[in-house]
Parts: sequence; C-alpha cells; structure tokens
Amino acid sequence: MSDATSSGQFGAGASDPPATTRTTEVHHFRRMIPIWLVASIAADLIWWFVAGPHVPPGGMSDVAKGAQFDFNVLFLAAAPVTLGVWIYMGYAIWWWRASRPGLPDPVGGPAARGHLKFQVWWIALTTVIVLGAFVFGTVELILPAGAGGGEGPNPVWTPTSKNVLPVQVIAQQWKFTYRYPTFGGMETDTLVLPNNTEVAFHVTSLDVIHSFWAYQIGVKADGNPLVDNVAYAKTRQTGTFTVRCSELCGIWHGAMFDYGKVLSKSSFEKWALTTERKQADNTKYLPPFAWTYSPTANGPTGVTGTNTSGQAGFSKMEHYGATPAKKIVRSQAVGTVTTGTA
Amino acid sequence: MSRSGRIAIVLGMFAVVVFLVVFAAMSFVATEPQTVKYLTAPSGKPVHLVFQTDGAVGTGAHPTWVSYQTMTPRSHHWVHTTLVQLPAHTMIHVTLYQFDSGSPLRNQQWGRVTGTVGNSATTDGSPFKVINSYKRTVGHTFTIPELGVNVPLLGVDTSKPHFCTAGPCSPSTQLHHTITFSFKTPGPGIYHFQCFIPCGAGHYTGNGGPMQTLGYMGGFLEVMA
Repeated sequence: MSDATSSGQFGAGASDPPATTRTTEVHHFRRMIPIWLVASIAADLIWWFVAGPHVPPGGMSDVAKGAQFDFNVLFLAAAPVTLGVWIYMGYAIWWWRASRPGLPDPVGGPAARGHLKFQVWWIALTTVIVLGAFVFGTVELILPAGAGGGEGPNPVWTPTSKNVLPVQVIAQQWKFTYRYPTFGGMETDTLVLPNNTEVAFHVTSLDVIHSFWAYQIGVKADGNPLVDNVAYAKTRQTGTFTVRCSELCGIWHGAMFDYGKVLSKSSFEKWALTTERKQADNTKYLPPFAWTYSPTANGPTGVTGTNTSGQAGFSKMEHYGATPAKKIVRSQAVGTVTTGTA
Repeated sequence: MSRSGRIAIVLGMFAVVVFLVVFAAMSFVATEPQTVKYLTAPSGKPVHLVFQTDGAVGTGAHPTWVSYQTMTPRSHHWVHTTLVQLPAHTMIHVTLYQFDSGSPLRNQQWGRVTGTVGNSATTDGSPFKVINSYKRTVGHTFTIPELGVNVPLLGVDTSKPHFCTAGPCSPSTQLHHTITFSFKTPGPGIYHFQCFIPCGAGHYTGNGGPMQTLGYMGGFLEVMA
C-alpha cells in the first residue's frame, strides 16, 4: 500500500518504470479520502442524532446517560476507522482486480520499500486513537461518582449532592429485597426511587455472591456476604427499570429479577410513608439496621442474633427521607441507625 | 490398517459418543419429577391445592432431604414433586401441612404474608399476617416471587410427640401445622415457587442440596389457559 500511495503507482522499487507511467497513475488516496470522509460524517451524524438517543441503557440516571454517551462516543470514533478499512478494501478489490487491463505486477520482497511519512502518520493516528480511548474510558469509568459501579465499602468517588437517599440492596437466593434506613428501616420487595435524586446503593448478600444490576439505572455492583458494596446514581427520569442478578448464583438464578420504579419526589415520598406504615407490623421484628449480614446468622444451625457489622454507618450526606428536624444517630459499634431530634 | 478399516473405527467411535450424549440427556430428562395436574375443576371454580413440607422426604435418591410433596387432586396420593399445573385466572385454595421444625428466618422480611387474598393466611385455623420468627420459628415459606405471594409456614415443636421423621407424613396422625391461604392465578405462564429459608441443613449456609434441586424446595406452577 505504501508504495502505491507514495509514488502514485504500482511496480515502483528497484526497477522504476518510466516517468511517463508515473504521471498517468492516479492518486488513489485522493479518490478514497473524499468517499471515506463523506461516509464517516454521514455515519456519525446519523448515529448521533438517530440511533444514539436510543442506545441502551438509556437516560434514566446520570450514570446510565454516561454509559450511553460512552457507547456513542466510541461508535463515533470507531465508525471512521471501520469505514476506512472497508472503503480501502472495496477500492482495492475493484481497482486492482486481476481482470483489469494493464494491471501492474504486485510489489513484494526486495522491490518493496517503505514510506516514512505515511508510517509516521499511521503510528501517530493509531496512537492517538488508542491513548484517547484509554484516557476517555478511564475518566468515564470513574465519573460521575464511580459511574454506577460498586466501589466497595469505602467509595473514593462520591457524589456532590448533600442529600443522598441510602438504599440497602439485600441479595438472597433468589430475590432482591431493599431496605430504606431513612424511612424507619423498612424493607420492601420492590425497589422504588425518587426522581432527580442521588441514590447510594449499599449492596450486600445474605448467602452467596450475587450481582445487583439495575439495567436502565446503569448500576451494577456485586453483592457479597459481609461486604457493603456502594454504588451511586442520580435518577433523571420517571419510569420502570429492570433489576437482574448478573452473577450465576444457583438453580433459580434466572428467576432472580424484578422491576423497579422511579417516581416523582412527591409520589415517592407518598409511597415511602404509606409503605413504612404498612410494613410497620414486620419492620419492628427486623434486626437493627446493619450494613452487612452474616450468612450463618439465623440459618439452619439455629444461630440467632442480630446482624452485626463493624463498619461505620453511612456518611452525613445520606439522609434523604430523614425529616429536616431530625438527625441520624448512628451506633458505630453495631451499625444500627436510629433517628433522633436534633 | 486399511483406509476403510480406519473409517469404520472413526465412525464407530463417533456413534459411541453420540449414544453416550443422548443417553446422558435422556437420563437427565427422565429424572424430572412428575407433574401433578390440577386442571379438572369446572371452569371458573376454585381449585384446592394441597402440599406438605417434610423434614425428610423419606423417598427417592435423597430420602433425608427436606422437601415439599404434592397431593394428587383425585386419588389424594402424595407425590414427591414440585411441578404443578393450575388453570389460569382461577382462585387457588391452598392447604399446606407443615411437618418440619423451624428456625428464625435469615431475613425476617419473609415473615409477612403477601399476595394472598387479604394478605393473610391461617395456621391451624387462626388467621395471621406476620410471624415474628425470633419468637415463633418458621419451618419454610411458600413463595412465588413473580406473583408477590409469600406465606411463612410455622415450624412444629419437635419436643412434642408424633414428630414425623420421614415423609410422606400423615396429617391425621403426626405432628403438624395446617396452613391455609388463597391466591388467584394470573394468565398462562410458568411461575417458579420456592422456600426462602435456607433449609438445606448440612449444605453451605443451608442453600445447597434440596434448595438447589428441582422437586425438593422449589418448583414450577405451570398456569394453563
């Protein structure tokens, strides 16, 4: 390729053809580049404005929107590269087909020579693309606030909001349940979230390793026994989303899914208060709120007791739902959470 | 060896492998528990579904494993299975004889009755909506997650006489609790049900063995049109 593009001809090398032949050979890149440029711009524009807004996981939360943006940006970068390869391949098949009259002999072996300028450009371009993808991917992987991935019990990338709703996601064979420490510690079978709110998902497990995957919310975090795995997302749209376990966890793993909802703040608070009241008959029997649960607690061995945790309680910003006149009082010893008057 | 001989050996070995694969697949399929069909009631009439839960199933490959058993609707025989066919859009009256002992729930959330008529059930005739499993132990749960149905099944006191040690247990002579509740089937579909107590004693955190094997502590309700 470099021979042809550098000298505008084929058969160049140790036995260069006469100068007259050199001038008659077309400049192939000058043919290909306009085609590639138009095709690339068209593909990118169509993708960005037509397909891009519909790319999963959608825009239901800031991290989901971020994931959608990442897919689209990567497509925008990948499409010109793909089209470049395809257009060159198509051009080469057509132009240098064996049946074309006057086709020069292919160049190879000692007759072939390099093209420094082309090689430098090639290396520079591919380096920029790869390093750009690396930097872009790294930044997007951690922003905003961990980009919806589980960060473990001590998150490094935390949201800027000072009013975060903490929701504990309790995985068990084979159902997720959800506990709301700022709404009286109630536990529910379905995940309901308020819109335009930063949510801290504290994912843990009662038994084996699970993985909490709120698809349209863009959150995916492993649920491990005795681990409080924290992931963040800020809701942006009301609607329904799917929750699945994405870690093979036993015979009914495939049935471990349900549907969550993002409601307006007023609807959420109405739901939360109603549910808190309805659940009161059982909430009073739940063990004190803790960030993790022991698989052996209350198991078939009959070991009874509260689920204790040595981990600290949630941060001061995670108090959505606790009324302004109250403050969160935490017991560092057992991780219990109560509300008290400020 | 001649070329035809080598071909014959290869084909013979291929046939053996195919036979073994088919045999393994058929053996796996053949081990699926029997399906009990509760489809005989007149259209629209309630169906009376009867289960029992035993601490030891007393039969089959794992007689010591904990298990559900299902009563056939006509002959009233106990069948070791958790595959049941039910009619769609029909009220299902469930009677469940609970013969097993209990423990506190690993997650007290499963102590609530949900998804049944009135979000309530009865134990030995007494209605209830929640069981505090730290005070009264729970043997198992009957839970259909997709339908939101959950009923905790009170554990029996093993210190009392006539404790059943091997199923199928007799409701007329052996220690048990009788739990009743009703729920309505939705449209056709396959809905899995399971126990939410890790009751596979002797297995890792109680979640192995009968909890992971079809026919013991989980199964399917196949709702038919």
